[in-house]
Amino acid sequence: MKNVKRKLLSHKLMMISSMIIFIMTLLALFPPFLAPNDPNLIDITHKLQGSSSKFPLGTDHLGRCILSRLIYGTRTSLGTAFLVMGLTMMISIPLGIYAGFRGGWVDYLFMRMCDILMAFPSLLLSLALIGILGPGLGNLILAMVLVHWVFYARVIRGMVLSVKEQNFILAAKVCGTPRLVIVIKHILPAIISQVVVLVFMDIGGVVLAISSFSFLGFGIQPPGAEWGMMINDSKPFFRNAPSLMLYPGMMILIVVVAFNLFGEALRDALDLRRE
Amino acid sequence: MGWFIVKRLTSLIPILFGISLITFILLHLTPGDPAIAYLRASHIPPTDEAVAALRVELGLDKPLYAQYVEWLGKAVQLDLGMSYLSKKSVWDEIMLHFFPTVQLTFASCILIVVISLPIGMISAIFKGKLVDQLSRIIAFVSVSMPAFWFGFLLIYFLSVKLDLFPVLGRGTFAHLVLPSLTLSFAYIGTYTRLLRASMLENLNEPFVMYARARGLRGRLIVSRHVLKKSLLPVLTGLGMSFGNMLSGVVIVETVFAWPGMGQLFVTSILNRDYPMIQGCLLFMGVIFVVCNLLVDIAYSFLDPRIRWEGEK
Repeated sequence: MKNVKRKLLSHKLMMISSMIIFIMTLLALFPPFLAPNDPNLIDITHKLQGSSSKFPLGTDHLGRCILSRLIYGTRTSLGTAFLVMGLTMMISIPLGIYAGFRGGWVDYLFMRMCDILMAFPSLLLSLALIGILGPGLGNLILAMVLVHWVFYARVIRGMVLSVKEQNFILAAKVCGTPRLVIVIKHILPAIISQVVVLVFMDIGGVVLAISSFSFLGFGIQPPGAEWGMMINDSKPFFRNAPSLMLYPGMMILIVVVAFNLFGEALRDALDLRRE
Repeated sequence: MGWFIVKRLTSLIPILFGISLITFILLHLTPGDPAIAYLRASHIPPTDEAVAALRVELGLDKPLYAQYVEWLGKAVQLDLGMSYLSKKSVWDEIMLHFFPTVQLTFASCILIVVISLPIGMISAIFKGKLVDQLSRIIAFVSVSMPAFWFGFLLIYFLSVKLDLFPVLGRGTFAHLVLPSLTLSFAYIGTYTRLLRASMLENLNEPFVMYARARGLRGRLIVSRHVLKKSLLPVLTGLGMSFGNMLSGVVIVETVFAWPGMGQLFVTSILNRDYPMIQGCLLFMGVIFVVCNLLVDIAYSFLDPRIRWEGEK
């Protein structure tokens, strides 16, 4: 563990990316204290203004403060991404472990189900689900979890398979340890670091996906603030006011780059290569 | 070879069956009655009599399995029903929108190959040098960039400011440039790194040393031996990405108002045009699976080891 810590600290990009993530987390946690204005306050008299002392990044087509909306958008984007990841893991970890550990027909059935679910392009399946459930943040989260869990469950199953034949598990079995205890005390600790790396390597992708859905108009509904939606809102005005679309895009890019770098550094530090 | 193809084809049957089942079930998860949705989309007031009559007409009064069998039978004959919105056949609409999407995807594939091949090669040869570092940064940005934002940046700088390309729509060759660049951008980064990694791996193989011992020139070794072998994973990946790109067009087509499958899908979702959602999903699912199958077969042509393993 000490070694891992040292490796992480010596990684320059890692330091930068974790700082960005830290700042973004602060923005997501305390927007009311950090945002200069009310993000949803419409004031047509101030529409499409440049930067000023009252509106540091200017205003959008409804006269709302862009900076405040960006800050509140952090909460939506990051919060949703972590919620999606968390819920996905709550399904994937138990199911993946169960299929991998149990083996036999359970595993066979599980793998065939994966084959079928993974036969669809994931973006399309999520979109179709949203189409059927109706747009909205809750349905977006539900659709993403329902589509994505299968990928992670399959990877986790693979991890379990490689651990389960090792001697310490056999030893535990010989000692008559109950299955549940083996799973919780031996298998879970053996795979958890790989799962954490997996989560951090992919969370950037989830942020991207959420902003894409919001951009298409299927995510958070007005007047809530979300980066993808802000870009969508800026469509009719971006020829004259490009900053409207520039800032939210930059936020997405920065966050996704930071998470990807962090995930990669974490993987290198823990010495794991993804299958 | 024939055996391998037959085996892969038979493994396709349960998957296709599963795809059709999921697509069918999905529609029946719909909150509310499809008949009411149909009437709403047609601007007919959903009275009790109208709903009851329509339920009979659409076959919604039958048990679920009977509906599935009937639907599947029709789907096999390419009858995917009528769009609630346009009142045209779903299959005809899909065919109308499929070609522009394929065109866009092919153009993007060409761009990916043309751009990532040289960059990947150069960064493998000059590993750790400035070129390699630069290509790493580009690759990192390209996979982290939201496609819709990149599309807008291209429109703003190349179309609006410099007036080099048309902003929206489909028509001339120039219309194709920005959408295909947007679609391919994320993949360019991935494939540059993939080719680099694969080449670096192969550069240390004994056959390279042997070629050097034979006195072959470095350039010849790279182009004739290393590149050829390193292209394998890139080609397989590209085949698989082709299916993914077909779904990625949803966003690019929305940004550039490209009249393809993605637009059709988004419009049908926004209008709750259920037969169209179902039809598009089924169609894209099948295309995706077929793409992966073709990749597998192509791969077994290129790499006989796969074929032998399949025959064992």
